[in-house]
Amino acid sequence: MSGFTISRRTMLTGSAMLLASTSMPALGWAQTPKKGGRLVLAADSEPRNLNPAIVASNGVFFISSKIVETLAEASFDGKDGLAPRLAVSWEGAADGLSATFKLREGVKWHDGKPFTSADVAFSALQIWKPLQNLGRTVFKDLSAVDTPDDLTAVFKFAKPTPFQLIRNALPALSSVVPKHIYEVGKIEDNPANNAPIGTGPFKFGEYKAGQYYRLTKNADYWGKDEPYLDEIIYQVLPDRTSAAAALEAEEIQLAAFSAVPLADLDRISKVPGLKVITKGYEGLTYQLVVEINHRRKELADLKVRQAIAHAIDKDFVVKTVFLGYAAAATGPVPKNDPQFYTADVPTYAFDVAKANALLDEAGYKKGADGNRFSLKLLPAPYFNETKQFGDYLRQALAAIGIDAQLVNNDSAAHIKAVYTDHAFDLAVGPPVFRGDPAISTTILVQSGIPDGVPFSNQGGYKNPALDALITKASETLDTAARTDLYKEFQKQVAADLPLINVAEWSFISVASEKVGNIANNPRWAVSNWADTYLAG
Amino acid sequence: MTRALALLRGRLVGSIFVLLIVVIGTFLLLEAAPGDAVDAYIVSTGGDAGMIELLRHRWGLDQSELTRLANYLWALLHLDLGQSVTFSRPIRDVILERLPTTLILMVSATALSFGLGSALGIYAGARPGSFRDRFLSVASLALYAVPGFWLGLVLIVIFAVDLRWLPIGGIETLASDKTGLDRAADIAIHLVLPVSALGFIYLALYLRMMRAGMAEAWRQDFVLAARARGLSRRRIVLAHVARNALLPLVTMLGLQSAQMLGGSVVIESVFAVPGLGRLAQEAVAARDTPLLLGIILTSAVLVILINLLVDIAYAFLDPRVGGSEAGA
Repeated sequence: MSGFTISRRTMLTGSAMLLASTSMPALGWAQTPKKGGRLVLAADSEPRNLNPAIVASNGVFFISSKIVETLAEASFDGKDGLAPRLAVSWEGAADGLSATFKLREGVKWHDGKPFTSADVAFSALQIWKPLQNLGRTVFKDLSAVDTPDDLTAVFKFAKPTPFQLIRNALPALSSVVPKHIYEVGKIEDNPANNAPIGTGPFKFGEYKAGQYYRLTKNADYWGKDEPYLDEIIYQVLPDRTSAAAALEAEEIQLAAFSAVPLADLDRISKVPGLKVITKGYEGLTYQLVVEINHRRKELADLKVRQAIAHAIDKDFVVKTVFLGYAAAATGPVPKNDPQFYTADVPTYAFDVAKANALLDEAGYKKGADGNRFSLKLLPAPYFNETKQFGDYLRQALAAIGIDAQLVNNDSAAHIKAVYTDHAFDLAVGPPVFRGDPAISTTILVQSGIPDGVPFSNQGGYKNPALDALITKASETLDTAARTDLYKEFQKQVAADLPLINVAEWSFISVASEKVGNIANNPRWAVSNWADTYLAG
Repeated sequence: MTRALALLRGRLVGSIFVLLIVVIGTFLLLEAAPGDAVDAYIVSTGGDAGMIELLRHRWGLDQSELTRLANYLWALLHLDLGQSVTFSRPIRDVILERLPTTLILMVSATALSFGLGSALGIYAGARPGSFRDRFLSVASLALYAVPGFWLGLVLIVIFAVDLRWLPIGGIETLASDKTGLDRAADIAIHLVLPVSALGFIYLALYLRMMRAGMAEAWRQDFVLAARARGLSRRRIVLAHVARNALLPLVTMLGLQSAQMLGGSVVIESVFAVPGLGRLAQEAVAARDTPLLLGIILTSAVLVILINLLVDIAYAFLDPRVGGSEAGA
């Protein structure tokens, strides 16, 4: 079948991209940047709260990162993987009790008022720390922000806080909103949450529910000659098949976040005038993970977990479920992370015989029907790929005599079943790696987390040695020592398998060839697009 | 007119009970669905235990089911549909914003399926058993059997992607700042594909009913009498056969309105039309109970109203039902 060769080709380019991405310079398209124009792109969901300082999620950033800026943005070639935005420089004190940010001069809010350190202090203390989904963890020890002058903000921490963590958190967690708008009334009810006011290259224009968001050019933007575009329109296309059709009909020029399903990419890449881009999401890596309920006595046995790990053919999953647009995982930190990843961890080669032997050893012999025991398997419904992997996993488990019964739920029901009710034996989840294991990765295996916290260890796993390591890493200030602790963390997780990391993937963009400066940073889809342009 | 008023009174009393049952039933169904609005919300954000507790409290989800149902009914008594948790806006506003779109879609699709369906039904039924009769019956059944989303996608591929005659979706050109007649024309062009997709599915129903009714009427004595009087075939078909077959179709119109609302959920998603159907789908996924209740209530009122209109129209259309004007 011709289909096979095609998917093999895309598979190779896809995984090569994912692995090499961090060091590759931005792809240059043979065009000169041009001013003006309206970029129309597909949006598959409509976030109601557009304030990225409160809701740090990709769905919100996708729209609001053009309006509200962070202190720093991720970068392919900048120092520590960062490029300055509202802050021009940053430095952590050796004792971990303070961090100093020098802010950009001459920046104005969209309503004309000047941007100052007071805005940063207000955002950090009144929003990131008490209200933001991720900031509540990372900034929990932030006690004060001193503002010696308008362009200096000094963060003070009650307990030593590793500056590496703060630095890594900047691109996603440090959206600065105007104090003069938010100091009146309740922050959660502020109208600016639905019509954000920021310092970014684009201003919020209008939102027509069910139809579109319109952003317009900020003529007073601080970036020289930026932005290029006059307007950005997010067209709401709820049906996954319609984004591809809209691209072909030239009604939209860009579909980011894999709005075009993987299965359509082959066909769409052959449409003249369209390009498929796998870069620009390196800082938004999703991990395909088998979550395990250790309350089940069979699964509390390490040999059983090892057997399951051996039963999964990761390369096959990458090839068939992700059509090559993914990489096989070794542990809880993705391969494309430049700071923490180590390959030096126990690995589990695909080996059905070994898996069967391990299960026999554990004392779970095959019954007359060929089954050892039954499990409830809940694949998360958020992505096609998590659902498809659920189907694969059921077959893979059948091959080693484990009868997995698939339970399919919608998103709300899945969240409740797995993270509140613990009504699962195995679940398939897509946690996000956010540039530092302390932001949202260690929580996946740490014990003592209350019931109901999503994307955390709700499988009843408890490993005092691992807990101690996580605590130690969170208090270690020296960057090299901290990095080493997280390498040790990866080893211990891979050895004890509180969960099984299967693959890592990012998103794909499909764009008209006219769209320039695409994918020039590792969080491109959720960055400010000041330099994005439309060629004539 | 007095008959219409009596009908109206009777219906109003009955309707209140129907609406009450609809509201309570929907509420209980949604409560039975696992996960609440906060579970649905944190899918995209994550969050710690404190944040989740805060959200449950803000959205009133920490109260018991009975309290919430009682509060809802009490507010409803004051014609207050409440606040949507996902939109953070009054539900009345959210629904009123979407209702016209769905109404236009439904009315146009009904007009298409009823108009074209009955016309084709007359054409087929005029010569029962002929080739055109059989062809139309099979073709319309095939359309009826096609899933709505698939028909929609096929129409998109042909007319929007390949031929580029029509827009791919939406209700009007995005951010075009058109007004007046320009805007009306723009909306009309955008409606062609979704109305066709929705209308063609139900076309078969009217066609077949019309045809069956005509086949029935052909055997009646008055047709024989008409023939005996030497009337032309065309006149017999239109004035005697079709007219008698038309009556059940009017009843069907009322019944069909509820189905149309259901069908619009799918069509609105495929064509990215911002209507009530899509809103309902989003409300279910987000577990926004008050919003969904508002939508179901609006739909129920709509269906009751349409059926009432149909009954009134029927009484006037069919003298035999009326009694007083008998012998016309």
